[in-house]
Amino acid sequence: MKELLEIFIVAFRVGIMTFGGGYAMLPILQREVVENRNWVTEAEVLDYYAIGQCLPGIIMVNTMIFVGQKRKGKIGGIAAALGTVCPALIIITAIAALLTSFADNEIVKKAFAGIRVCVCVLIFNAVTKLWKSSVIDWKCFAIFAVVAVLSLITSITPVVFVVMSAVLGIVIGSLGVRSE
Amino acid sequence: MTLLRLWWEFFKIGLFSVGGGMATLPFLYEMSDRTGWFTYNQIADMLAVSESTPGPIGINMATYTGFTTAGFWGSLVATLGIITPGIIIVLLIVAVLDRFRKNKYVEAAFYGLRPASTGLIAAAGVLVVEIALLNTEAASFPEIFNIKAIALAAVLLVLTRWVKPTKKLHPIVFIAFSAVAGVLIF
Repeated sequence: MKELLEIFIVAFRVGIMTFGGGYAMLPILQREVVENRNWVTEAEVLDYYAIGQCLPGIIMVNTMIFVGQKRKGKIGGIAAALGTVCPALIIITAIAALLTSFADNEIVKKAFAGIRVCVCVLIFNAVTKLWKSSVIDWKCFAIFAVVAVLSLITSITPVVFVVMSAVLGIVIGSLGVRSE
Repeated sequence: MTLLRLWWEFFKIGLFSVGGGMATLPFLYEMSDRTGWFTYNQIADMLAVSESTPGPIGINMATYTGFTTAGFWGSLVATLGIITPGIIIVLLIVAVLDRFRKNKYVEAAFYGLRPASTGLIAAAGVLVVEIALLNTEAASFPEIFNIKAIALAAVLLVLTRWVKPTKKLHPIVFIAFSAVAGVLIF
């Protein structure tokens, strides 16, 4: 029980210290679970992170589940997942509650009109960053273009695109093997 | 009933969104179309709040969306929903970790999956451009562009990408800057 609580607390710390997720979490995770506690090795953390990125869901939560399960099995993994999301749950609920009561304020409205412009730019920057690692040849470009256009002009659920593109990747992969 | 549906909707996002926080966006737009729980404007606001607060973006989005839809319990259920698939999948994969990484089918699937995920996020970005930079109610040609918003976007683009001292700054700085700019110019 004490160990589970410890896993929860460490995950909580990682969750609260990471702004924006992704790469920002790696140095914090390394300090918390490798240097300070020796729960896992440096190489293991990098492995967990790499695989956590490939799995569906939230990268930081996936990585922490690996760490938690290494320490205390399945129940440790669950404790880690809950600890990671706990700070967000508290902070965001408070902010959302505040915002809903100020939503009709003229100044708040104007501020959010400005913020939305910033959101456009942030998404654009995220896409260009992802572009470099995902659109690596013309086949990838074709998948990117078809998915982007179809998802804009139709109401097909993203689930379909995700499943189809994974299948397509496997088909392209096995054709490639055959032609060698 | 709403709570159960919230859990299920976010379970699906947790299961099918690959590639980090922004990957939840296209699913939220689709959810908005289907359920009417929140508007496109609210999605952009949620993203800004998620980027400005600690924690993974996907989790913040789930918590915020859950709260807007069904209050505190909504935020709890949505957050648990989005992490459920991860817990199940990670605990299953741990046993076959090395084989999973080197499996050629897994690699091939991701070859197709990554550009599709980027495409979905790009399409979600276009929807934000529509609400933030254009006046969609305007009928005639020049009025459709929100000139002030486009000018702000241009400034932000330069600051986040090309100006050395500012481009490394945390997104929260640009979000705060845009909020102030919004109050001053709109």
